[in-house]
Amino acid sequence: MSGRSTAWWWVGALAIVLYCMFPVAWIVSLSLKAPSDLDNGSFLPSAVTWQNYELILTGSASELFLPALRNSVGICLIATGIAVVLAALCAYAVARLDFPGKAFVLGLSLAVSMFPVISIVTPLFNIWRAIGLFDTWAGLVIPYLSITLPLSIWTLTAFFREIPWEMEQAAQVDGATTAQAFRKVIVPLAGPGVATTAIIAFFLAWNDFVYGISLTSTEAARPVPAALAFFTGASQFEEPTGAISAAAVIVTIPVVVLVLLFQRQIVAGLTQGAVKG
Amino acid sequence: MAAITLSHVVKKYSDGFAAVNDVSLDIEDGEFVILVGPSGCGKSTLLRMVVGLEDITDGEISIDGDVVNDKAPRDRKLAMVFQNYALYPHLSVFENIAFPLRLEKGRYSEEEVRRRVEKAASTLELQEHLDRKPANLSGGQRQRVAMGRAIVREARAFLFDEPLSNLDAKLRGQMRTEIARMQRRLGTTTIYVTHDQTEAMTLGDRVAVLKKGVLQQVASPRALYEHPVNLFVAGFIGSPPMNFLPGEVDGDVLRLPLAEVPLTDELRSRIGDRDLVIVGLRPEHLEDADTLDDETRGHGVTFEADVDVVEWLGAELYAYIPFETRDDVADTLAELDRELDGENMRTQLVAALGAESHVRDGDVAELWFDPARLLVFDPESGDNLTYDEESARRSDEESVEERRRATERARKRADRSRDRDTAA
Repeated sequence: MSGRSTAWWWVGALAIVLYCMFPVAWIVSLSLKAPSDLDNGSFLPSAVTWQNYELILTGSASELFLPALRNSVGICLIATGIAVVLAALCAYAVARLDFPGKAFVLGLSLAVSMFPVISIVTPLFNIWRAIGLFDTWAGLVIPYLSITLPLSIWTLTAFFREIPWEMEQAAQVDGATTAQAFRKVIVPLAGPGVATTAIIAFFLAWNDFVYGISLTSTEAARPVPAALAFFTGASQFEEPTGAISAAAVIVTIPVVVLVLLFQRQIVAGLTQGAVKG
Repeated sequence: MAAITLSHVVKKYSDGFAAVNDVSLDIEDGEFVILVGPSGCGKSTLLRMVVGLEDITDGEISIDGDVVNDKAPRDRKLAMVFQNYALYPHLSVFENIAFPLRLEKGRYSEEEVRRRVEKAASTLELQEHLDRKPANLSGGQRQRVAMGRAIVREARAFLFDEPLSNLDAKLRGQMRTEIARMQRRLGTTTIYVTHDQTEAMTLGDRVAVLKKGVLQQVASPRALYEHPVNLFVAGFIGSPPMNFLPGEVDGDVLRLPLAEVPLTDELRSRIGDRDLVIVGLRPEHLEDADTLDDETRGHGVTFEADVDVVEWLGAELYAYIPFETRDDVADTLAELDRELDGENMRTQLVAALGAESHVRDGDVAELWFDPARLLVFDPESGDNLTYDEESARRSDEESVEERRRATERARKRADRSRDRDTAA
């Protein structure tokens, strides 16, 4: 590549990074501004203050925020766990076995994920109230599965198809039982794919808003994205912008940390070929 | 070390297709047996049935007298090298080789594992690669790791499934000799699957030729070459492949497209009352008449032929001579060509002449052959009418004896070098 075109690549990359990062930087900057400083007309706060963070973590808003954070983490982890286990079983069958209706299973799961959330949330609200799932963890885990399962099935199927299954037979000939062959050969090979899928599924559940706000009413099950909408300012004349920004920054942190930790696996997972021998 | 016996083994798929049909084969302890045939002949399926990765529909497979039909692969104690090596990508070369040892929990101490892996690695010259991952190895190195995994534990037999087909030609030749050397020294019973007749001829004590799941002939390479039982075996063994020509019985002569062969009593009795046969003549049995002395010339049949194309290979020269075949045998021969995975578009005779021959493209060459070398086949059944069971058996016995002596010598040599090592 010539020096000139390298330079253009850098310019392009920089533009994209700026475009993506600007809103994030803005949120961070807002969260560090005092309420009176919010409309100071400049991007940076005139004085950095942690009072928004104090408000949501220890102050008056913490009653709203902390249970919501606990709900979010708990519900998303459960939904992710169930989704990955079920999807692994399904993807294993789709990738390894030959049975009629294979394409149907994949097509159906895709169709489910295409279904607009907003169109099912109202009937779901009524059903959940009738059977007592409204405002419970289970009441959110189940709809979250409908978002995370299809995606997990598709990613894992793609992954499992790449695994050289002859390895399993080689291990058996080498003296392994079926269980040993699975544990010592297939699990390590499938590991990165499963981890990637889990992370992506977790993000999907973590970022949900519509279900979160419609199917909950108290801090018993309300997740963070929904809780943000209930923040109020110190007085009714004051906008809770700073607190919301601080909460948004806090919920973004786990996502960023996860991505940084598993960056290599995610990239390998998304680009495939990670397990080629 | 083990003897493996297959008796009337059948593999039928649910759609009724028989991939392996009634194959019986006795493999002696320490023997190197090749399963060979064109693609789809069932050779790999048969191997996978022996190792236990494929169910046996009917018949029996026994190892050292124990029927293993219902035993899991791990209980058969066989080692297998797969076509694509099946190395574990997440393990280092060392751990790949140690894998079978580690599975037998508690049987080997860490020190013993290390000793064995290092011994296998030094046999295969892998010492400096032990810490690398398979993905960073070349094809030949991966192949050697796969072999290391096979030899590291005392398996009762080695099974190879086309182990060299992913290597380039030069490496293939080297690895072939390496496998032969290793097998001679270890003296382990070996079954080797290949579609390559050169590998079959060079490696095997005995070669089993399969066609569409049916065993055609089991014999020493020499017996297969000199005494094939039918058209298929004759066409499969040998490179370049045997020439097949229509032969018409006409009074005292057998009329070929390019020459006339006087019929001997022996030949006549074998041909019987057929008036059309298929004649097989190996390319290497044709000679350039100009390079022969008069006495030799007198023994054989000389004919003139229009040479179409010549390929000079240094050590020898292939001359291609097109000829008109007869419609009544054309179908049989076309069918045979398909069975052998061939795509011949024209009927031509190939002559492998000495490199000193001066025949060139477009020449009219005078070629010679010894009629005693001709094989005669029945045009319908494809049976070799000139098949001589007695001399085939003799030739088998000779090869077995030769092979036995060679193995003994190899073991003695290995013992001597071990003694030297311990002394030093």
